[in-house]
Amino acid sequence: MTLSDPTPDGRFGDFGGRFVPETLVPACQELEEAFIEAWADPAFRAELDGLLVNYAGRPSPVTECPALSDELGLRLLLKREDLNHTGSHKINNVLGQALLARRMGRNRLLAETGAGQHGVATATAAALLGMECRIYMGEVDVRRQELNVFRMHLLGAEVLTAMSGSRTLKDAINEAMRDWVATVESSYYCLGSVMGPHPYPLMVRRFQEVIGTEARRQCQELIGGVPDVVCASVGGGSNAIGLFSGFADSDAELVGVEPAGGAAVGRGVPGVVHGSASYLMQDEFGQVLEAESISAGLDYPGVGPEHSYLAATGRARYESVADDEVVEAFQLLSRTEGIIPALEPAHALAWVSRERVALAGRTVLLNLSGRGDKDVGQMMEILS
Amino acid sequence: MTGTGTVESALRTRLDGGGRCLVPYVTGGLGGDWTSTIQAVAAAGADVIEVGIPFSDPVMDGPTIQAANDRALGTGATPPGILDSLRGLDVGVPLVVMTYYNIAYRMGLERFASTLADSGVSGCILPDLPLEETGPWAEAADACGVETILLAAPTTPDARLPLICERSRGFVYGVGVLGVTGVRSELASSACTIAGRLKAVTGRPVLVGVGVGTPEQAVEVSGRSDGVVVGSAVVQRMLDGAGPDGVAALVSGFREALDSEFQTAASHQGRISS
Repeated sequence: MTLSDPTPDGRFGDFGGRFVPETLVPACQELEEAFIEAWADPAFRAELDGLLVNYAGRPSPVTECPALSDELGLRLLLKREDLNHTGSHKINNVLGQALLARRMGRNRLLAETGAGQHGVATATAAALLGMECRIYMGEVDVRRQELNVFRMHLLGAEVLTAMSGSRTLKDAINEAMRDWVATVESSYYCLGSVMGPHPYPLMVRRFQEVIGTEARRQCQELIGGVPDVVCASVGGGSNAIGLFSGFADSDAELVGVEPAGGAAVGRGVPGVVHGSASYLMQDEFGQVLEAESISAGLDYPGVGPEHSYLAATGRARYESVADDEVVEAFQLLSRTEGIIPALEPAHALAWVSRERVALAGRTVLLNLSGRGDKDVGQMMEILS
Repeated sequence: MTGTGTVESALRTRLDGGGRCLVPYVTGGLGGDWTSTIQAVAAAGADVIEVGIPFSDPVMDGPTIQAANDRALGTGATPPGILDSLRGLDVGVPLVVMTYYNIAYRMGLERFASTLADSGVSGCILPDLPLEETGPWAEAADACGVETILLAAPTTPDARLPLICERSRGFVYGVGVLGVTGVRSELASSACTIAGRLKAVTGRPVLVGVGVGTPEQAVEVSGRSDGVVVGSAVVQRMLDGAGPDGVAALVSGFREALDSEFQTAASHQGRISS
């Protein structure tokens, strides 16, 4: 374990906590106890590990990128979370939470989704374990990610369109939380990122630490040590925390890459929304601003509390990239390495590409958190 | 501050007379005449008035209050603007603000508390600030004499209820239903249950809100509670453009229903015992 654990009240420094309506407090307490108990239970861990290997296809490889490395003048390694079943890192967390839900006697999974990756993963786990599943998705995202909506339907999930506010991830979370307030006795809220009230930021990190643990070992084998730079895109920040966890105690520089239109760490100030205190894009009065990103998965004005903590302590730094840089990076990786990335990890690649001079000669490990199949329709429009 | 504050005193006055308390909720900044609505609602028999400060992401609120929030924010309502309008607004009953924690957090807890006090606001409800997180805010509020009202929910375990009641000031807000704010066709059985559970462990006034939308429902739950908070039904009237008089008419309906059920019985009892 290389990242520090939060305090018993869920604090990472000044961030985190459990800011939810009283109705949900007992559910959070129950979840915390259940998670601690399950995580310490070898049988639970064995079942989860079994699913990660035999169902999700772990471990995911680390891939060298000779052509692109040449072009950028550095050594680029990709952690291939895009090769997981359902196409992203989200499955790691969802399998853990779905098993936990079953253990807690809950038969209904409730989740929000932005790009649809977490929704698809949750619907998949629900199908696998024979559970009911309801996914909230903002209207804007339902339109730009219609393929994932169809996938969720195929998997037997009910997809509800969030029509409030900016009609993106933030509002999908609002609707999911409202549903949870009403159905807390029967539903399990399967949150998709390292955010929300305690214990979610810690629990989701635990389920994503497999990324960093594997990558650390793989880097040792591949390059005989740790990379100079470890980078990942950050919306809520689960893929980044997962990867960072394997390198926090090393000399590697940790870099989170946010979309310019949703740069909670870069442009935000501390605030409280969706259950925890963290950096948040908000106006002078505390109204949450609407994020604007090409990527539905990163279109979120907040960020997980542990990222705020890592930023505040200086252990990680956070950069941002613009949409047009992302579009370029999306094409760059497709063309040079034959890997079509999701728009989310294309953010991290866009940063690497932009900073190629500063990064010259260094080894960079990038979390390729998802594959781009879901984005080709949107990219076809953008590039036509 | 452990003494009886302004909010609790106002409620006790009603309860001592044998009646039940009525706390209507008005969205601050909604329409040009919302302060007139507050005055009209006070005149129509409110014991305390809850003034909502709109927040962009109200997770405890259903469609009606969300719509009111959006409309108010869309027309430029801000927390300081709303509090400014309340300053010097003498309505004869205490005002409590309901908003979400980030509004207070952004302004700074001390500054928010002192601004409430300066604006003549007596209490505050922050539905996303549960007992464990309430410390820093409650301290700031206590220092300014602002009564922090905590919520208890149908899911709150028995062992936790007294802790909530002990830290709550003004009254204890029993959440009547497993769900967000909004009018339901019938009163949930959980409304009377939470009222009974709270009354069993506290001497503070116990009001039930969320899912109390008609005078009949208010009377029903007030058989167990000390009264009700009525939010979405009032706000829906505001959204419908009923104006101060129209909203006041609705509130009068609640007042009369509660009085005919409880006030009469109490004064009748009072006559017998005296």
